Amino acid sequence: MYTQGLNNHDATANDTSANSERFQARIDAEERIEANDWMPKAYRRLLIRQISQHAHSEIVGMLPEGNWITRAPSLRRKAALLAKVQDEGGHGLYLYAAAETLGVSREELVDQLLAGRAKYSSIFNYPTLSWADIGVIGWLVDGAAIMNQIPLCRCSNGPYARAMIRVCKEESFHQRQGYEITLTLARGTAEQKAMAQDALDRFWWPCLMMFGPPDSDSQHSDISIQWKVKRFSNDALRQKFVDATVPQAHLIGLEIPDPALRFDEATGHWVYGQIDWDEFRQVLAGDGPCNRDRLAARRKAHADGQWVREAAMAYAEKRRARPAKLAA
Amino acid sequence: MADPAIPLWEVFIRSRSGLAHRHVGSVHAADVTMALQNARDVYTRRGEGLSIWVVPSNAITASDPADKDMMFEPTGSKIYRHPTFYDVPDEVGHM
Amino acid sequence: MCLMKSGICEMATTSISIAETPLVALMLERADDALILGHRLSEWTGHAPMLEEELALANMGLDLIGQARELYTMAGIAEGCGHDEDQLAYLRDARQYRNLLLVEQPNGDFATTIARQFLYIAFADPWWRSTMASSHPTLAAIAAKAEKETAYHLRHSSEWLIRLGDGTEESHARAQAAIDALWPYTGELFEPGNPDLIAQRVCPDPPTMRVAWNRTVDAILAEATLTRPSADGILRGGRAGRHTEHLGHILTDLQYLQRSFPGATW
Repeated sequence: MYTQGLNNHDATANDTSANSERFQARIDAEERIEANDWMPKAYRRLLIRQISQHAHSEIVGMLPEGNWITRAPSLRRKAALLAKVQDEGGHGLYLYAAAETLGVSREELVDQLLAGRAKYSSIFNYPTLSWADIGVIGWLVDGAAIMNQIPLCRCSNGPYARAMIRVCKEESFHQRQGYEITLTLARGTAEQKAMAQDALDRFWWPCLMMFGPPDSDSQHSDISIQWKVKRFSNDALRQKFVDATVPQAHLIGLEIPDPALRFDEATGHWVYGQIDWDEFRQVLAGDGPCNRDRLAARRKAHADGQWVREAAMAYAEKRRARPAKLAA
Repeated sequence: MADPAIPLWEVFIRSRSGLAHRHVGSVHAADVTMALQNARDVYTRRGEGLSIWVVPSNAITASDPADKDMMFEPTGSKIYRHPTFYDVPDEVGHM
Repeated sequence: MCLMKSGICEMATTSISIAETPLVALMLERADDALILGHRLSEWTGHAPMLEEELALANMGLDLIGQARELYTMAGIAEGCGHDEDQLAYLRDARQYRNLLLVEQPNGDFATTIARQFLYIAFADPWWRSTMASSHPTLAAIAAKAEKETAYHLRHSSEWLIRLGDGTEESHARAQAAIDALWPYTGELFEPGNPDLIAQRVCPDPPTMRVAWNRTVDAILAEATLTRPSADGILRGGRAGRHTEHLGHILTDLQYLQRSFPGATW
């Protein structure tokens, strides 16, 4: 998901001290771990990495959708898209703040992203080539994100869980606006329908990859589940997403680009074809279609904003020095 | 790139008149004016508030979780502080 | 009632023609100001100097796009040709757009964006406040909503201008350069309105806003340690559809889908 890179990292926490046992007992009792509470170093590290990857994903995720704000085809769509992308900025902000409770600053986290040392969701390294991409991203990418984020509202880390509750509340309109855009195109002219199908064709597989590597590959998600950071496995969430999405596509007359897709009466699940994990690893390693552009855009925004942040701090400093002269 | 660390503020919002301000999250801001506006722009986009407080995060003093037993356990045995501790005849009605 | 002689206003495929009564022209002027400035602010998305300001710029953009939508809808009703907000925004050429030259100027650096916002809003805020007393009930209602929004924009942009002007040497230089570069476009703010509309108290006459604008601008520039350019703002033409080269590019983006797929629903 937004933190799929985590599955590749080690998170060894076989700490057997009394503290560790008490900590696990609190987790097992569904207690929330708060900022000042004792926690194993590995738990702190895992959380910082997961939350910051999630935050970076929100921030980088503004770029592909932001690409269409100036070209939105109606004023209603323009306002909705601007508000949605703004929400993503807000979500990044909430998440950075949650990470900060674990003892890391936003500046450090942003530096990690800009230096290419932090990961973010692979999905945002795909380009938005038509207006239909905006519909399909809202419908599928936000749909996939919600699958992942709802269980995170019960995450063992209090600040992260609270941030996710706020995010989920705000995000409820995102998927609907995406589906509405896609639906309008699917019911529009032949050209519009083709545009919608093309967007689905390009985004379907990358969306399935959002849930991260198959369970058979990731030995380390166990600790995440033991600590109740994660509540469902990658494959379980992926299946849930496919089961929810396939009928939504069919309802509006779009085809899922998977010849192997079939409904299994026995299990009640949609069975999907082979995911191209080589592509996934390539995008995650930095060689997706837009990795370089996305990082370049973030670096430019950061560099261009530096004098502004410095000015704000310098002015605040001056004003502290002469409290009598408050601004009007 | 050396970036100035912009201070962190905690944001409290009164959602309706008659209710207390409640902690909703944090913002970064260089000064108090900016903190208030950032809090408005980030946390009241859906009609969540009527009033905002911002407090520098480093101005908050928190109790130590390690002191939890000493701080909060002793009150557990003082059941006479609760109305249900006292027996009064039913005929008295609500009291 | 449609004032177009043919009764059929236009084909969906080309630019629409507008039956521009003074009232329709007034609505379009104000709607175009709001849309183009909102569009410019929306270009910041994903590129703002700090995350909190990212949200603030989007909030102002959304306010302005919202104002534009109400004004276009009202213009369409006043025109009586059945044009909706999207036809008015997406199917007029640059020569038919009536916004101020100031609002179409590129974002530039953050100082330019803030200076542009400030110089425009220092006019728009008192204009909307005065328009709350309009004899036209719909316009009065739009003004009542818009004024609350512009009041906040004025506060936000003033405070940033002060911060940048009185911040570092670099920010001071950038803020002064932004004010100097945009100043020539400020005279157009005060172009006289239609005498009939003024007489009917539909809206205030822009020249009467000059005192309030001067007061705000002088106070904030002084606090920001910035110098007010001495020359008057002389560049104009936006209200008559004679724009800078920038507007054409904005419309190329803004209208691309509507122009490429005529008559489609989105």
